[in-house]
Amino acid sequence: MVSKSKLGVHSKKYHISKRTNQLSPSGIRKFFDLLASIEGVISLGVGEPDYATPWHIVESAIESLEKGQTMYTSNLGMPELRQELARYLQHHYDLQYDPNTELLITVGVSEALDLAMRAILDPGEEVIMPDPHYVAYDACVILAGGKAVTVPTYEEDSFELSAADVEACITDKTRAILIGYPANPTGAVMSREKIAEIAEVARHYGLLVISDEIYAKLVYGVEHTCVAALPDMKEHTILLGGFSKAYAMTGWRIGYAAAPKEIIAAMTKIHQYTMMCAPTMAQVAALEALRSGEESAAEMVEDYGRRRLVMVKGLCDIGLSCFEPKGAFYAFPSIKKTGMTSEEFAEALLKEEKVAVVPGSAFGDCGEGYVRCCYATSMADIEEALTRIKRFVSRHQRS
Amino acid sequence: MLNDILKILENDARTTPKQIAEMTGMSQAEVSRLIKQALKDRTILKYKAIVNWDQVEDEHVWALIEVKLTPQKDVGFDSVAERIYRFPQTRTVYLVSGTYDLFVLVVGKSNHEIADFVSQKLSHIEGVNETVTQFVLKRYKEDGEIVEGKEEVKRQPVIL
Ligand SMILES: Cc1ncc(COP(=O)(O)O)c(C=O)c1O
Repeated sequence: MVSKSKLGVHSKKYHISKRTNQLSPSGIRKFFDLLASIEGVISLGVGEPDYATPWHIVESAIESLEKGQTMYTSNLGMPELRQELARYLQHHYDLQYDPNTELLITVGVSEALDLAMRAILDPGEEVIMPDPHYVAYDACVILAGGKAVTVPTYEEDSFELSAADVEACITDKTRAILIGYPANPTGAVMSREKIAEIAEVARHYGLLVISDEIYAKLVYGVEHTCVAALPDMKEHTILLGGFSKAYAMTGWRIGYAAAPKEIIAAMTKIHQYTMMCAPTMAQVAALEALRSGEESAAEMVEDYGRRRLVMVKGLCDIGLSCFEPKGAFYAFPSIKKTGMTSEEFAEALLKEEKVAVVPGSAFGDCGEGYVRCCYATSMADIEEALTRIKRFVSRHQRS
Repeated sequence: MLNDILKILENDARTTPKQIAEMTGMSQAEVSRLIKQALKDRTILKYKAIVNWDQVEDEHVWALIEVKLTPQKDVGFDSVAERIYRFPQTRTVYLVSGTYDLFVLVVGKSNHEIADFVSQKLSHIEGVNETVTQFVLKRYKEDGEIVEGKEEVKRQPVIL
């Protein structure tokens, strides 16, 4: 039956699939609309670098276009790029991937996530993931017909995922554990020991670990642990990596998956019908990034590192307790002392002080009571935003 | 540690010791001490603004002058270079490899003034053999800063 409410007509003119309707109805939409209507906002709500792509990378793509490199590539991606990627993974993590069978170039980690889920899940099968998590994680599982099972993580544990908690969620329907460290939205980095414990659980129960390592290069004073590089983990891991964050290449839409060949073959099957190949010019740019982007990436990370310290100290000084994020470019302060929900806080801060932050609740129930502040923005904006947040918090302090 | 401070200041000389302390995790006192020391030993030569003179009604003419020197007995290139760089008109003086020896960047109020400087002063200095003067027509990038049309990177205000 067509249902009609007083507020409006719920049209059934177009049938939208149950799966799509199941996706969280972005409660945050309202917040976006509000944001769009206000001028002069300082945004800490972004999730991407504030740098343009390093020029040598841009230039390589321009040159390829000038030379007429405008055709499809192999479904897997340009052979040179896969070879360079194999070298990169070997060099950084001592991992051996066969560029012809174990690597797939994708349209960002976004596509790789989607492919991974569709390749491994049958209807009703479960994927365990931390809460809070990046918004696409549960969505991709749901769209693949699976069920997202979330494991709470807490500030007290630096938002690290506990292996015991993961183990407690395993059922006979569990297929994989999906993690992404350094993490969006918390900035958490898992220690090598803690990741190894998760890996152990995965191995013991014959589960795959899908590891979104898009922020791998963005760590501060700690080392990134690549899950696939842990002992005996390569055959249990789908490693997802990207160029968006480390090389400031979000708009190019390029990333990759590295996994056992049976899984890459399955992912490639879907990719070949739905995408054909990643954009050719973006592949050329990615090749240049791998070959000679290390220095530009390191410079940006150094700069984020400075802003991170200013942001975290600033928030702590204001009295918004903030655990030390060791990776990505997010701080995740607690706003519980204001007595507001994350959404109320974000909306009021935007209206009253014109500073945009993202409510932690957008990333799961455990994100409630926190907001995500991205520090990939100019130092001047960070300082001004902190001044405004300070004013706001002292006005709303519950005594 | 000092390198971190220098990088920050080279990017923005107005960054205060307090800000640098927050950016690096050093104490403010330590930052101030290192800066003081760097100024004293001339690691930091000076704090200056990079000015786009085209924006104001002030005619400035720039010229790059290639100078060939004649090697002289007992006097190195350094002393000839000094006689040149003492002139306040010279902004930059480098000893370079290649077809000429000194690269001299000169600023004047008019082409005429620069021509005078070259013919009356520079070419008379002992040891200066030959000069080639190139007037600057347009400055695209100055000290790492794009002079015109630097675009702000536009981002969506919120991305999850
Ligand atoms: C954790 C995480 N994974 C994946 C992505 C998407 O990456 P890509 O641009 O490679 O599709 C993002 C972007 O915000 C992210 O934060």
